[in-house]
Amino acid sequence: MDSVEFSRYLTMMTLSVHVIYATLGVGVPILILIAHWLGLKRNDEHYLLMAKRWARGYVITVAVGVVTGTAIALQLALLWPSFMEFAGQLIALPLFMETFAFFFEAIFLGIYLYTWDRFKNPFKHFMLLIPVLIGGAMSALFITSVNAFMNTPQGFALVDGQLTNIQPFLAMFNPAMPTKVGHVLTSAYMTTAFVLASIAAYHLLKGSRHEYHRKGLALTMKVALIFSIATAVVGDFSGKFLAEYQPEKLAAAEWHFETEEEAPLVLYGVLTETNEVKYAIRIPYALSFLVHSNFTGEVVGLDQFPEEYHPPYIVHYFFDMMITIGIGLTALALFYIVALYRNWSFIKTKLFRRLLVASGPLAMLAIQAGWWFAEMGRQPWIMRGYMTTAEGATDSPYVWVMFIAFAVLYLILVVGTGVVLSRMFKNNPVEKELERQTDAKGGIAK
Amino acid sequence: MTVEIIGISVLWLFLFGYVIIASIDFGAGFFNAFTIVTKKNHIVNTVIQRYLSPVWEITNVFLVFFFVGMIGFFPSTAYYFGTVLLIPISISIILLALRGSYYAFGTYGTKKGHVGYTLMYGITGVLIPASLTTALIVSQGGFIHTTSSGRIELDYIGLFTSPFAWSIIVLSLVSVLFISASFLAYYSSVAKDRKALYLFRKYTWIWSFPTIVTALGIIIEMRWHNPSHYEGLLSLWWLFALSFVCFIVSLWLLRKQLYGKSFIFVVLQFAIAFYAYGVSRYPYLLYPDVTIYDGFTNETMAYTLIVVFILGFMLLIPSLYLVFKLFIMNKPYIQKGK
Repeated sequence: MDSVEFSRYLTMMTLSVHVIYATLGVGVPILILIAHWLGLKRNDEHYLLMAKRWARGYVITVAVGVVTGTAIALQLALLWPSFMEFAGQLIALPLFMETFAFFFEAIFLGIYLYTWDRFKNPFKHFMLLIPVLIGGAMSALFITSVNAFMNTPQGFALVDGQLTNIQPFLAMFNPAMPTKVGHVLTSAYMTTAFVLASIAAYHLLKGSRHEYHRKGLALTMKVALIFSIATAVVGDFSGKFLAEYQPEKLAAAEWHFETEEEAPLVLYGVLTETNEVKYAIRIPYALSFLVHSNFTGEVVGLDQFPEEYHPPYIVHYFFDMMITIGIGLTALALFYIVALYRNWSFIKTKLFRRLLVASGPLAMLAIQAGWWFAEMGRQPWIMRGYMTTAEGATDSPYVWVMFIAFAVLYLILVVGTGVVLSRMFKNNPVEKELERQTDAKGGIAK
Repeated sequence: MTVEIIGISVLWLFLFGYVIIASIDFGAGFFNAFTIVTKKNHIVNTVIQRYLSPVWEITNVFLVFFFVGMIGFFPSTAYYFGTVLLIPISISIILLALRGSYYAFGTYGTKKGHVGYTLMYGITGVLIPASLTTALIVSQGGFIHTTSSGRIELDYIGLFTSPFAWSIIVLSLVSVLFISASFLAYYSSVAKDRKALYLFRKYTWIWSFPTIVTALGIIIEMRWHNPSHYEGLLSLWWLFALSFVCFIVSLWLLRKQLYGKSFIFVVLQFAIAFYAYGVSRYPYLLYPDVTIYDGFTNETMAYTLIVVFILGFMLLIPSLYLVFKLFIMNKPYIQKGK
């Protein structure tokens, strides 16, 4: 392998690790906010403790998120120097704003964590969460707009290799931005809700009968349902966007080789070496319907593009994985909520609780699959239509060394997070903490 | 004043902010680890934890800020520094990552803190300034060569055998410890923690002289390393003299037990020297390949960045003030850790 490939794999590895923490980083504040609000409103110790415990775990994930985020920020220039030299003139604005948003979030998170019990009016302390939430969402917005720009560059003119007529805000608010940002935010909230639901379900599965876990599960599943539906709706817009602006990506995801009307939707299956689709489920007219909202619309196929600009066909699997998990989890959340109101006892069985425990990791897997699809789907471009990945990469021969070094680092970080988080909560179960809380109201730091 | 000068001044300010905040942080980590080895940890532990806990995240943001701003204002630096510094900066990232996460693991993950994590935090804290300084050394020029195929590459052997490079690394290390000790002395005096105060006061004295000696040594070495830059430094001799006066004043105030004022003069000393150094290398970002003029971004982006920067600061300054009011300048918090 050469430097280009190692650069690609190293970037992919860093982003795949970072996105775990970044998703939680964006999503957890909204759940803390809801729990804290309910706790204050209903004067319920359980919800207050929930906010505290989530916040405590959140610090660990934020810490690792910060360091992996720093890594990717610097790696952009280290691994893709030619790309950054070129695009730096166009995307500096959102990159710059992202650090502001993150700064803002970091400051208020620090204050929130260390001022538990320092304000006379508890609502003042609660209010600190609002800038944390906004900061998180804003940094997701700005950084996603950079990624969106790489998919649909605009806001400049290229005359004889020279950039002219640069419009930074037009570059930032590019066509891919609204759907991308929408999908990133809703799916982050959805995933976080499922991750926290898994934790509550795990305790119930292990035999805890405590009210705290029941409340936690019900709350997180409600939030999960709302954002699952929102994610699906925005996801549909994203698909329609792709059909219009990046048809080659959608065509690769659907293995849609020939341009045709009444296009079928291809689910699952495998691709042979001669590009024949086998063992797939074909839903007639469905792709046309998804793209054009009518059954006969023409869908552009890969035949419209020269072969060297085709994305790798492997993205179909990632696309399927994301959609299947997304729909499955939406159904799971819907079933749970209906069952909760109808008092069906099925949701208390071990089998169902196992499903709930699996929901968090599955949602996270869907996030990964979605990003792999989105990123590999724009190969061979780093900036669609302007610069290929190979042109943007470093020519340093040492990238492979760094790949190994970072692989070891991420292994340490991921395993470390798991060990520390589980030890943190195992040594300090809810029951014990509630007892202590009634005795004296302790600070969150210790 | 041209927009290029505004751009580089803003970035230099951020780099300076990072140097001071990170020095306090790196030094605190080092002293924390060092006192574990010398079994004096119980003396300084509380003071260090009380300061570090609410602010550790903020430190990292300053670095990213500088870095993103650099690419924003001077995109061509991304090409030169990115290509050449792959290994040294990757090492810094790995160390920063280990350090940040081990801090969180140690502080929030365990009840009493973990000795292994604390030692890790200390050791990485000393290695990071050394690896980050590489960027500064390389920007001085003389360590980049072009291969036969037209690639640019860092001259590792030249770098590792250069006394000039090593002096800058030594300077970064000792000044980290000096700045940090001076701040922590002040912080423990506010906390009324007499034992910690004595220890940090001692450390401030110990690290002050090597700082000034290496700094003077580097100016002299510059004469051989980069004569034109040496000329630049000499023409600003009065600023370096002023910085030296601040150094003497800070030590005098330390003796007078006015720790807060002493720390202010330490910051002034570094600020003046840092800016004088920056001005003396004008107009080069990377000697002799990139100047602030030919590496500059397009004008539209530059003005947009400056506007956003001002708006962003209007948001950040009140927030940072709140942090100061609640943690750093808040006597009850520092004294009780509440």
